[in-house]
Amino acid sequence: MNLPHWALCVSLSSVPLALHSVPAIHSDLGLLTRVPGSLGFGAGSRGLKVLGEVGCLPAHTRQDPNQRQAGRVCLGWVAWGRGVALHCPPASEASTVLSFQQLFWARQRVPGMVLKAFFPTCCASADSGLLVGRWVPEQSSAVVLAVVHFPFIPIQVKELLAQVQQASQVGVAVLGTWCHRQQEPEESLGHFLEGLGTIFSHEPWLQLCRERGSKSWSCKAIRQQVPVAPGVPSEDQVMLIFYDQRKVLLSQLHPPTVLPDHQAGDAVASSGGLAVVFDTVARSELLFHGDQYDEGPVRLSHWQSEGVEASVLGELAKRASGPVCLLLACLLSLVSAVSACWLWKLWPLPFIRSKLSTCEQLRHRLEHLTLVFSTQRAQSPTQLMSSNRIGQLADALVPVADHVAEELQHLLQWLMGAPAGLKMNRALDQVLGRFFLYHIHLWISYIHLMSPFIERILWHVGLSACLGLTVALSILSDIIALLTFHIYCFYVYGARLYCLKIYGLSSLWRLFRGKKWNVLRQRVDSCSYNLDQLFIGTLLFTILVFLLPTTALYYLVFTLLRLLVVTVQGLIHLLVDLINSLPLYSLGLRLCRPYRLAAGVKFRVLEHEAGRPLRLLMQINPLPYSHVVHTYRLPSCGCHPKHSWGSLCRKLFFGELIYPWRQRGDRQD
Amino acid sequence: MEDERSFSDICGGRLVLQRRYYSPFCREFCLTCPRLSLCSLTAVTCTVWLAAYGLFTLWENSMILSAAIFITLLGLLGYLHFVKIDQETLLIIDSLGIQMTSSYASGKESTTFIEMGNVKDVVINEAIYMQKVIYYLCILLKDPVEPHKISQVVPVFQSAKPRLDCLIEVYRSCQEILAHQKATSTSP
Repeated sequence: MNLPHWALCVSLSSVPLALHSVPAIHSDLGLLTRVPGSLGFGAGSRGLKVLGEVGCLPAHTRQDPNQRQAGRVCLGWVAWGRGVALHCPPASEASTVLSFQQLFWARQRVPGMVLKAFFPTCCASADSGLLVGRWVPEQSSAVVLAVVHFPFIPIQVKELLAQVQQASQVGVAVLGTWCHRQQEPEESLGHFLEGLGTIFSHEPWLQLCRERGSKSWSCKAIRQQVPVAPGVPSEDQVMLIFYDQRKVLLSQLHPPTVLPDHQAGDAVASSGGLAVVFDTVARSELLFHGDQYDEGPVRLSHWQSEGVEASVLGELAKRASGPVCLLLACLLSLVSAVSACWLWKLWPLPFIRSKLSTCEQLRHRLEHLTLVFSTQRAQSPTQLMSSNRIGQLADALVPVADHVAEELQHLLQWLMGAPAGLKMNRALDQVLGRFFLYHIHLWISYIHLMSPFIERILWHVGLSACLGLTVALSILSDIIALLTFHIYCFYVYGARLYCLKIYGLSSLWRLFRGKKWNVLRQRVDSCSYNLDQLFIGTLLFTILVFLLPTTALYYLVFTLLRLLVVTVQGLIHLLVDLINSLPLYSLGLRLCRPYRLAAGVKFRVLEHEAGRPLRLLMQINPLPYSHVVHTYRLPSCGCHPKHSWGSLCRKLFFGELIYPWRQRGDRQD
Repeated sequence: MEDERSFSDICGGRLVLQRRYYSPFCREFCLTCPRLSLCSLTAVTCTVWLAAYGLFTLWENSMILSAAIFITLLGLLGYLHFVKIDQETLLIIDSLGIQMTSSYASGKESTTFIEMGNVKDVVINEAIYMQKVIYYLCILLKDPVEPHKISQVVPVFQSAKPRLDCLIEVYRSCQEILAHQKATSTSP
């Protein structure tokens, strides 16, 4: 058969409908066998609510005791204020979807079904009243949001709830009564509270009760419509879960479970029972605007009743932030306009700018500030503004440069001798060694020439260090690059020489074998050479081969030095990247307000007495720091070298130059 | 209702299992691990200090000895705060979920809560651990996309590592609650 079997009880609190075609309705819980086609029914639909797909648990059907099928709840109605009969056409059939104001699941009565009541801790000391919140039938849980105190006018309460429901798309309703009483139970209050059940009917009707000054609670959940024995309202077992409303309101669950799109009214949450609780509390902000001390028609108690939080400084800062933001935004746009001016585009300025990581960092910082205006600066750096400090630094720089140059000279003397016991070609050795020594001599003279001006330059450069630690680190990286410029030059000389030698060798080796490189076809072709070509080629080949060790050694030494400098610069860049992408706000939030970033919840069982309902305390489990950093990482500069290890080794072997400072958007040099 | 029984773990150490039945649908199992033994602590400290003294005789620098003391202290604090688990608790609440708490020796607690909607089953698995074959209790989680597949296996009592007799007790209690949960759940 293509219709699912199931039992469904529906109760409707409004106008009873007239049934047209009455299917087979059985008296015991509306056991339904087969209902043909679609049903028509009378008026009474007020507002549409789509329930979505739910699984149905069939009652014991006559034919298949254990058949279970999921069906789409399409329409239901009620006859004469109670009863059942519900029909669900197969899921594939497009169905007319109807809805009612309150449509509930009531399952087959299984003894021991537990109802979870989420109760805010702030309402535990509130006076007696009505419980207002949301009922989630799939998890059989009631989320209590506030308590409405006496005296109230039912119409006004209903109006307020309708208002909240419309604004927040959360099905807020009156769930039951709350009784906070003295030691002796007051009979009149008890009867009054029970009478309220008829005005605001809700299925199931919660009755929470607490004795003043003691920890004993009593809870009852009464179901009127589904009696186990006719005439006697049945009770469910209730489990109380306390939650801190303010923390749950402000908290954000990770990973955020995406709840299905909400059409008008209630929607079924297909997953994440606790996510529903968080979502409900977060969306019901409108309910928390009124308080029991306000003069409105309805007096509520919720987390704001403990005192609306505010601080004078906070309020002042909020008011002042608008104009201040505006002013700073104007200044920033001015600076951006100046930097985008055409003067900066004249060559060679763009070339220099692209090579200096300081400029890159400044640009990044400017972008950052313009985009996220209220972000704090990365770190307040130590201000090197006192001229004393700058002078000391300048005094220290020149001897350091001298020391580096001296070490290089020692290295070259060592190479010119017999380095590591290797025997070099005397002539070439002397030539290269003297060339590099002269270069160092020039460099030292240059440094000594510049030394009076270094202090001034450093002072002006140090001014920009107040833009953050990352800028200071970038300046450091640039200073290292400038101080080791001669090492870079040596590396380039050595690499070019070595590269030429290698190309020459490979070409002459091909000649030796009688082959040639075909540039047009990009491959090696055979070629017949003349005798004198072969003779000279072989001679040159021999010379190059015997001079290879010397050149290779110089190349090796200077490449290692260069790689060392590049490694140091790379580490500084990594550190700058790390600081830039560190989510300081999220880390601070995790440190100071851990409940805002929630990984989940944790439960604690409170004091339990036999015969009393079970009470649990639900607390927020904060996200671990590693997850905070991982989730909230800011996008980094992206200035990583694009080489793989293989291509790096290949370049080193063939003597091709390595450029480690590829920045985002740079073309190939 | 509360009771306490003594079991042993896979290495022979003594474990204490405390069971609390708060209600027919809420149960808690608390396994207490053996404490940090004085012997092992003394052994480690002596080793570190002997090594430091050896280095000191080599290099005649008294900083090595101070460094060794700092290392020992920091290492002990780090061990107590990040490694040594004192107690492992499993709290199972019908229709809400399963919660696992580990309390460290320094008082830190780390909690994980799994909702009942994600739990497929609780089983005892057999595993090969180094040269031993051991049993461990684990929770099977459902795949949200395909309810019949298992997306994750979460082992329980990983530090205490109790033996099969202890696991069977916990397993039976959990199965009672899960069976009740399945009988009363709405979705298949």
